Amino acid sequence: MIKIRELIHDYIKRDEEGNPAGTVRAIDDVSLDVKPGQFIAILGHNGSGKSTLAKHLNALLHPTEGTVWVNGMDTKDVQRVLDIRQTAGMVFQNPDNQIIGQVVEEDVGFGPENMGVPTEEIWERVEESLKAVGMYEYRKKSPNRLSGGQKQRVSIAGVIAMHPRCIVMDEPTAMLDPSGRRDVIDAAWTLNRGEDITIILITHYMEEAIRADHVFVMDKGRIAMQGTPREIFSRVEELQKLHLDVPQVTHLAHMLRQGGLDIPEGILTKEELAQALKKIGKAG
Amino acid sequence: MFKDITLGQYYQTDSILHRLDPRVKLVGTLVYIICLFVVDTFVGYFVCAAFLFAMIFLSNVPLGFIVRGMKGILILLLITMSFNLFLTPGEEIARLAFLKITREGLVFSIKMGFRLSLLVIGSSLMTLTTTPNQLTDAIESLLNPMKRFRVPVHEIAMMMSIALRFIPILMEETDKIMKAQIARGADFESRNLIKKMKSLVPLLVPLFISAFRRANDLAMAMEARCYHGGEGRTKMKPLIYKGRDRAAYFLLLAFFVVCLILRLVRLPFLS
Repeated sequence: MIKIRELIHDYIKRDEEGNPAGTVRAIDDVSLDVKPGQFIAILGHNGSGKSTLAKHLNALLHPTEGTVWVNGMDTKDVQRVLDIRQTAGMVFQNPDNQIIGQVVEEDVGFGPENMGVPTEEIWERVEESLKAVGMYEYRKKSPNRLSGGQKQRVSIAGVIAMHPRCIVMDEPTAMLDPSGRRDVIDAAWTLNRGEDITIILITHYMEEAIRADHVFVMDKGRIAMQGTPREIFSRVEELQKLHLDVPQVTHLAHMLRQGGLDIPEGILTKEELAQALKKIGKAG
Repeated sequence: MFKDITLGQYYQTDSILHRLDPRVKLVGTLVYIICLFVVDTFVGYFVCAAFLFAMIFLSNVPLGFIVRGMKGILILLLITMSFNLFLTPGEEIARLAFLKITREGLVFSIKMGFRLSLLVIGSSLMTLTTTPNQLTDAIESLLNPMKRFRVPVHEIAMMMSIALRFIPILMEETDKIMKAQIARGADFESRNLIKKMKSLVPLLVPLFISAFRRANDLAMAMEARCYHGGEGRTKMKPLIYKGRDRAAYFLLLAFFVVCLILRLVRLPFLS
């Protein structure tokens, strides 16, 4: 689905007169592969280059060096830019700054309109997309009247209406309250499991990465760690060195283990911890 | 802050006027304004007023709601009327200190009052029955022939609709910044004009910065959703004329002809 090889991205720093004054390397030699239908989580603290990486997947940025292929299309190929953006849709952090329409249904229709989809089909797509994220009842409402989580689900619907194979979500939950976050993440999972859309979720909430198929941890523009969530979260000290938390349960399990209890590394859920503790209880 | 102004607001209800094609309403308002300047007799104004009230009746918008919207222009109306009343030369009929009222002035000022009120009510009726979005669509469609002269019609319409979408967001933001500055001791209540102007700086600077940031984000989001200008774009809600729209155009034409006749055919007992 997505293939990145030796990607490097430099931002040009400018002084006060606007003259180039050196470069900042935001992405430094990143290579990764995403298979169709996967749910990928990319973790990293602020400034680790994860948002820059996301923009490469949508051809909003072009590589300084290296290559990005989306479904076999090279993002440097100007002719295919629209195809790439249609294949890999993008959801941004701030819900207010990505809703264009003044009515929910019009916003969802914006993408298909740009693609030149015939009118009747736009309406069909808008209906199915809004139903897919559970926002169909709100189709006539003004986006300004919705909560953050609802707005973000409308943004997701706006991307689905373009029938993408992959959705890149760049910290979609960073500005939301806990219940809004849960709704958005649930919607992402429904799309991944139900519609077989590849999801690339960029986040700094560790809990959201627990169920992912594969996790990448970024630091200073490089991929610092990668693996299944269990593999990643069993390396608590390493994560803390990268200024990242681990999920609370994992942290507790880790501390219990350090305190001498026989608990395996990489506990991800409350249930797992309870089981592990029960086992110890029986043995002792 | 702007809650009292009904001018330019949309009144949500269902009526034949709401369902009418926005292009008809836009053209209709223009024709109506031209008619107001074509007629110059009281009979003419009466016809225009009758036409307008028939439209208000059809629109299902309560009359009180429209009249309340007139409050905003009341002062303007009074100033214009008194200027006409006192400054028109002619036969003197009353004197108020150094101001004299002439017969011509009296007639002219009453006519002006009618004309202005009908004009404001007429145009606010359009915005009351047409959503801003429909209006931009109508403008885009009506200006379409201008594309031949390289006028960026689609871009203008897109800019208008984005501006409309961001007005409430920026207002909310202004409110937030204002509260944040008040919390740090900024004074927005001062009656001193210079102080008042100065207090706007810490309000406007962050507002502008945030507006630019939003614009940047939005541009990126639009590009991410394949936006590439008006070319090859389809419409989710295309404007298509229906039977009632044609009927409305015909009615407008009839109204315009009546107004022209009233202007051109002078009936001696009416002037």
